[in-house]
Order: sequence, then C-alpha cells, then structure tokens
Amino acid sequence: MTAPIASDPVSRPSVGRRLAAFFHRRPRAALAVLLAPPLGWLLIAYIGSLALLLVNAFFRIDPFTTDIVPEPGLQNFERMLDQEVYRVIAVRTVLTAVAVTVSTAILAFPIAYYMARKATPRIRGLMVVAILLPLWASYLVKVYAWRVILAEDGILNWALAPLGLRGPGFGDVAVWLVFTYLWLPYMILPIYAGLERIPDSLLEASSDLGARGSTTIRRVILPLAFPAVVAGSIFTFSLTLGDYIAPQLVSSTQFIGSVIYSQVGSSGNIPFAAAYATVPILIMVVYLLLARRLGAFEAL
Amino acid sequence: MEGLGAWLGRIGLRLMTALVLAFIYVPLLLVIVYAFNDNLVATWPPRGFTLEWWSRAINNPGFRGALASSLIAGLAATATALVLGSLAALAVHRFRFFGRDAISFLVILPIALPGVVTGIAINSAVSTIGIPFGMLTVIIGHATFCVVLVYNNLIARLRRTAPSVEEASQDLGADTWQTFRYVTLPLVRTALLAGGLLAFALSFDEIIVTTFTRGGVQTLPIWIFNNYRLANQAPIVNVVAVIAILLSVLPVYLASRLTSDTAAAAGGRT
Repeated sequence: MTAPIASDPVSRPSVGRRLAAFFHRRPRAALAVLLAPPLGWLLIAYIGSLALLLVNAFFRIDPFTTDIVPEPGLQNFERMLDQEVYRVIAVRTVLTAVAVTVSTAILAFPIAYYMARKATPRIRGLMVVAILLPLWASYLVKVYAWRVILAEDGILNWALAPLGLRGPGFGDVAVWLVFTYLWLPYMILPIYAGLERIPDSLLEASSDLGARGSTTIRRVILPLAFPAVVAGSIFTFSLTLGDYIAPQLVSSTQFIGSVIYSQVGSSGNIPFAAAYATVPILIMVVYLLLARRLGAFEAL
Repeated sequence: MEGLGAWLGRIGLRLMTALVLAFIYVPLLLVIVYAFNDNLVATWPPRGFTLEWWSRAINNPGFRGALASSLIAGLAATATALVLGSLAALAVHRFRFFGRDAISFLVILPIALPGVVTGIAINSAVSTIGIPFGMLTVIIGHATFCVVLVYNNLIARLRRTAPSVEEASQDLGADTWQTFRYVTLPLVRTALLAGGLLAFALSFDEIIVTTFTRGGVQTLPIWIFNNYRLANQAPIVNVVAVIAILLSVLPVYLASRLTSDTAAAAGGRT
C-alpha cells in the first residue's frame, strides 16, 4: 500500500508525500482541512452576518443620534405589523413574485420543450448559449432598455400607435413585465434540463399505451418537469422579493426591497430594515425547504 | 384531424420559441442601436448614426476607473470563490459526514436569499466589526455569492467522473497529491474554468450587494446607475452598456463552450 514508486530514488519521502500519507491514514483530518476554509468563510462571513442582522432586528435606533440602541424589544416587528403600508408592500411584492413565476413558467415551457425534445443537437447547443448569454448581460442595461421601450415616446408606443393601442407605461404592469424579462432565462434553463433528462422510452411507452400527444404532455411530461419548474421558481421568487432597482426605474411603487433599501440608505435605520428583511428571509427559507422536498435541488 | 392538430402543434411550438427568443433579444439589440444614436435623447426611431459617443466613453475617466474597479473586484472574488468552492466540492464528493446535505444548502443560500438581504447583512456586520467599507468589503461580498458557481460546476463534474480512475491511480502507487495533480485536476480543469468564468461574470454585473459594501468604490454597474440619470451622459452610458454586455457575455460564452466540449469528449449525454 505504501510501496515507493520505482522512479523515486530518494529513500526519505518528501514533506508532501509524508503529508499525503498522513492524510491518507486519517481521512477525518483530510476532511477537516478541506472543509475548514469554505465552511469558516460561509459561517463567519455569511451566516454570522445574517445572525447579526437578525439580532439587530430587535434593537432600535436613537431618533436623535441615529445610533443603534442595543436594548432588545419587539418594537420593529410591532411597527411592521401595525402599519398597513408595510403589509400592503409585502403582499404586493409576494403577488408580483407569484405573477412573475407564472408568466416566466408559461413562456419558458414551450421554448424549453422545443430545445430539449425537438431541436437537432446543433440547434440545441446554439439555443442553450442563446438563452445563457442574456442572463449575464448586465442587469442594469436590461432594465434601462425597458425604460426606453416603455417610455412615452419609446418604441412600444410607436409600434402600437398604428393599431390605436398604447403600451402600459410605467407602473405595476411595467414592473411585472421587466421582472418577467429579467428572470425568464432562470426559468428556461432548469426546465430545459429537466425535460432533457426524461428518457425517450417513457414517451414511447406512453404512446404505445395509446396516449395522444396532449395526454402524454399532461400525464407524463408535466409531472416529470415539475421539480424543474420549482427549481426555476426559486430564482424568480427570490430575485423578485429582493429587487429594488427595477421597480425604482420603471414605477413609483414600493416593494420589499425598496423599503429595506430606503431604511438603510436614507434613514440609517438598520434595525427596522433588519426586521423587514426577515419577511423575504422567512419566505425564502420555507420556499427552499419545500423545494428540496419536491426534489428541486437535483433539478438545479 | 389528428395530423392537422399535430401540424398546428409543431408550428405553434416553433412560433412560441421564435417569439420568446425575440422577446429576449430585441431589448438588447435596442441598446446597441442607441449606442450609435445621433441624438441626446433615446426617442424612437433614431435620427442618425454616430461614433462620437464611443470615443467620448473610452476617454471618460469615470468609466475607466469603474472598469478597473470591476476587474479587480471580479478577479479577486473569483480567485477566492475558486479556492472555497473547490474545497467544499471535494469534501462533499469524497467524504460522508454529518451535515453533508446542509453544505449544498449553505452554499446556495447567499444566492438564494435576495441580494438586498445579503447586502445589509454584510453591511451591518462590517460596520459592527469596524472594517472600513471599500474594495476589500466588496470582494468579501462578491466572493460569498460566487462560491456556489464554482461548487456547482465542480461537483457536477466530479459526479460524472468514474471513481475507478482515481482508484487505478492509487493502485499504481500514486499518492494523494500525485493522484490529484495528474488525474483529478486534468479531469475537472474545464469545470473549474467554467465555474470561475461564471463567477467573474456574476461579480462583474452585481449591483445590490455592491451598493451596501462599496464605501467609495465605483464598480461599472454603480457607474452606469449613477450616470444614466444625468441627461447629457445617457448616450455615453449606452456605449458603456454595450461594453458591459460584451465583457460579461464573453466569459459566459467561453464557459458554456468549455463545459459542452468536455461533455461531448467524454462521449456521454449530459
């Protein structure tokens, strides 16, 4: 097991080899060395920060000095639940997230299906790249593009004018449209991957058993693709819940992200921002746990 | 009847596919058109075409500084994410241990939770500890959510490689380092590169976490955000937008080539 390699003339093994042997005999130590840096980083830099944020949620700020007063209390949560505006904003954000998830799923399914089951391998490869690229093409640029499109003298009103129609302008519909645009690739890619994994034999079995195309889609393909839709919805949901830039640029309405941002930015009220941040955190943690049960993590 | 239905279905599917592709690409093409627009205001249709904004953008000191900051932050965050993501992926792939399933959850959390949450969490932690906000805090923030890209790419590749290759190496007398250096690393090199490129692209484009950790640092997205509202800067911003698209799209294109080529070379369906 520890036989020396023939080409190695040195009788005394090098430090590297001795270390290798040491770790080979002690897999626990090897595991510790591998895990310590990433776990340390994520636990300290991330979970630590999150924990600190949650602690902050129970503090308050001195209204005159805007210093954080570390006396635990529930006043932030009370304010959050008492004042209707915060409830309205939370509900509006969640409803927008749901609407965006539904619209991206509807748009994503046909193109993902075409890519996975109909396109030739060459076209499929090109299309994967074509979907992947805009995902990474500057978020801000895409939002600004929509600002220009939806503007009063923008291209949408110009194109619709001959039909006697007008675009939605800036507002809640614009926010929904921009989010749908922004997160669409996040939905297409997991659904595509999910559909591609369905073995051909299952579809053949379905048609051999007399199912028509539409029945096969409804009874075989959709249930099998469901975890992939859930996987995609993790992104559409989470990204919508926290975004404050797109709403700010194409509407004047407030979303959860805008409240958190303005509480930190203009009022310096980290405790209240932290308390309000527990809303998206809670929603996402529950969502992630549910998604894992539905098998969405394997579809990511 | 059945034939007609199937035919309609096929045409409908193609039409939907084409429409979705158009939906994705028309806004981006519009930005490119406006980068050459001979008018200070982005009205449609454009009046004429000019290259003036390009020379003005390239000579703009604010843009140059922001580009440099973005490159530094992206490279440092990518390097950190490569180390942390690889270690985590190797640990999860090689060993069975308590809490193993939690690792994938922990790694994905910074990207699954809304950016504004990650942003204020790091913001409040950093101000509590007393580190000054600046490039270092931007890099810490970016590295935290970039780890998942390296981790996911590497673990997917490790799962596809047969353990017998590494066992063969050890049976032939190679030690842990040699097996890693000559067997494992060549097998996963392209996955690492792809993960690194994606991490860089993500960092290069990030704005929300950056806003909360940047102090006085101006990355490219922050510069775009601050300058778009200034009316006389808008055409220059359009040019910078096209440059930003190219700079984040190029690494992603390379990453997708890297992962698909090796999958084909391995002779299997992905």
